[in-house]
Amino acid sequence: MYTFSSKLKTFAFVLMVLGALGVGYSFFTAPKTLDDAKAIIEAEHAHGHGAEAHGDAHHDDAHHAEAAHDAHAEHAETVVVEKTEAEVAATAHDSVGAAEIKAETDTVHATATAEAGHEGHDHDAHAEAAHAGHDAHAGHEAHAAHDADHHAEHVFHQLQNKPWAAVYVAALFFFLISLGVLAFYAIQNAAQAGWSPVLFRVMEGITGYLVWGAAIVLALLVAGVLQIHHIFIWMDPEVVAHDHLIQGKTGFLNGPFFLIRAVVFMGGWIFYRYYSRKLSLAQDEATDNLSYKKAFKAAAAFLVFFIVTESISSWDWIMSVDPHWYSTLFGWYVFASFFVSGITTIALITLYLKSRGYLEYVNTSHIHDLAKFMFGISVFWTYLWFSQFMLMWYADIPEEVTYFKMRIENYNLPFFGMVALNFVFPVLILINTDFKRLSWIVTLAGIIILTGHYIDFYNMIMPATVGDQWFIGAGEIGAVLFFLGLFIFVVFTTLTKQPLLAKRNPLIEESKHFHY
Amino acid sequence: MSNKVLHVLYNDDDILMDAVKKTRAAHHHIEEVFTPFPVHGLDKAMGLAPTRLAICAFIYGLVGLSVATSMMYYIMIVDWPQDIGGKPSFAYYMNMPAFVPVMFEMTVFFAAHLMVITFYMRSRLWPFKQAENPDVRTTDDHFLMEVPVHGDENELVSFFQQTGAVEVKVIEKH
Repeated sequence: MYTFSSKLKTFAFVLMVLGALGVGYSFFTAPKTLDDAKAIIEAEHAHGHGAEAHGDAHHDDAHHAEAAHDAHAEHAETVVVEKTEAEVAATAHDSVGAAEIKAETDTVHATATAEAGHEGHDHDAHAEAAHAGHDAHAGHEAHAAHDADHHAEHVFHQLQNKPWAAVYVAALFFFLISLGVLAFYAIQNAAQAGWSPVLFRVMEGITGYLVWGAAIVLALLVAGVLQIHHIFIWMDPEVVAHDHLIQGKTGFLNGPFFLIRAVVFMGGWIFYRYYSRKLSLAQDEATDNLSYKKAFKAAAAFLVFFIVTESISSWDWIMSVDPHWYSTLFGWYVFASFFVSGITTIALITLYLKSRGYLEYVNTSHIHDLAKFMFGISVFWTYLWFSQFMLMWYADIPEEVTYFKMRIENYNLPFFGMVALNFVFPVLILINTDFKRLSWIVTLAGIIILTGHYIDFYNMIMPATVGDQWFIGAGEIGAVLFFLGLFIFVVFTTLTKQPLLAKRNPLIEESKHFHY
Repeated sequence: MSNKVLHVLYNDDDILMDAVKKTRAAHHHIEEVFTPFPVHGLDKAMGLAPTRLAICAFIYGLVGLSVATSMMYYIMIVDWPQDIGGKPSFAYYMNMPAFVPVMFEMTVFFAAHLMVITFYMRSRLWPFKQAENPDVRTTDDHFLMEVPVHGDENELVSFFQQTGAVEVKVIEKH
């Protein structure tokens, strides 16, 4: 039996308290009124204002098209920029023209942005975004006069979203880690893997967080539907009333159906977790293999249920923050991201328990296998990430590509940094067979992978909710610390409940002597 | 001096493994072992050095990546930077996603093929090569261990007969 070390318990509580303080601070400092937001915008303009291409902020995009145009007129450009300019003129002639007309109505903003010094090729993006926005919303000239107020209101909403989005990203990340472990557990059961049964109790311990994580994420989704926060803009009837694209999706994207789906999906996953754990414990005491056979069938059925619900839940909880954008391989992409995080978490917790002397039969071959999975699924994640990115980049269809334009311009370091963290480092570190057996190497790679995939989820949620107002500050770090503390507390408490070695699993002897 | 070797034949891989361990413990040099299929752990029991083929493959992969990158850079960016469907060919990084499939495939191609060729060269395999099979049964169901004779030949033969051999032959090698 595992006993929860008091040091680790204290550590978990400290994380939770620090995290709660950070989250509380970020809620406290978020602007309460429009005037607060205006003051923040003023302060930012003094420092130079970044580019902005938010999906629903079509009037802003028009500003930047004109701003970049002005910048081009005022500053001497390089040869490269001249070429881009010619290209832009061909593709986005009328939108730039439209932007020019409006330049007279809003010169203050234009000069402020022009001072920020846009690159020539950025011009392309803004002009295109403006073009798309112009087409989709023919009546938006009417807004031009109120643009400054609109912009302030827009930033106000983004700043108000910030602490909520930080909590949501962290809550989702840790919840999905335990879901990834559950999927891995089901795969090991259904595949009748001979190496992993000595790790089953560790996996069951990690999935103990599933019910907590689900409850918190569900609470956040309910809060969204109740208009307590505005992470999901399609939940706002005001927005939907003026948005034909969202109106067309209300058959799927509506509050009640959204919550029913969430409850059914989470309920199904929690039920499998509860049932498989029960069977796993029953098998310990049994005299036959009936429980094992039931667990095998349950795992197979769960995997079918999981792959459907995981895909839909990723549209619901992640893709719907950008309700104008869609991607067909998004469900797989999200799955790969939390699946590799889950496997990494198994490896890290196994190494911790092993180092404390709790896992007698776990040897370097088990670690080696986990590290191979970390390596392989990291590459798989990169494959999906690149496939999604490259297909949209290549075709360059405005309604798709704004998603990536937005991220590359405003989230450049997180967007490309995570590719280094999730692909380059794991591949270079974990390609070596001897390295995959070293605890400290696997721990190092694991921390890099988990950081990278947190940033991956950050990149999925933040651009749609806070736009260019992002920052990894007290709220974001606090939320991660809080959920990390909760995760550690729940997981290690679950681990104390049962022995760390399954007794009568038919494959346990093979697993004990597993050697690669 | 005559160049005598022992050909010791076994008909079971477990007995062979035991025999190899005993031979090593008795400090007899094993010249070669012929088996009809890979015997798991035989290389460790014989004390052979681990292969460095994977390291070669990694380096070949890097070579492939460099070839692909420099080729595409020269052709698409330096030599004739045409506007093809609006793709930005001003700098390599701007159009890089379009080159990644080629970079990936070339990396795999170089790593795989050069590694296989390295394997053939290091293990001296090529078409029309004279087979070096001491006993045709070793390709079917027998295992053969070749040990050079030093010192007392009779003592050596009786040692190997005790290791479970089905046949021990003394061969004059040229």
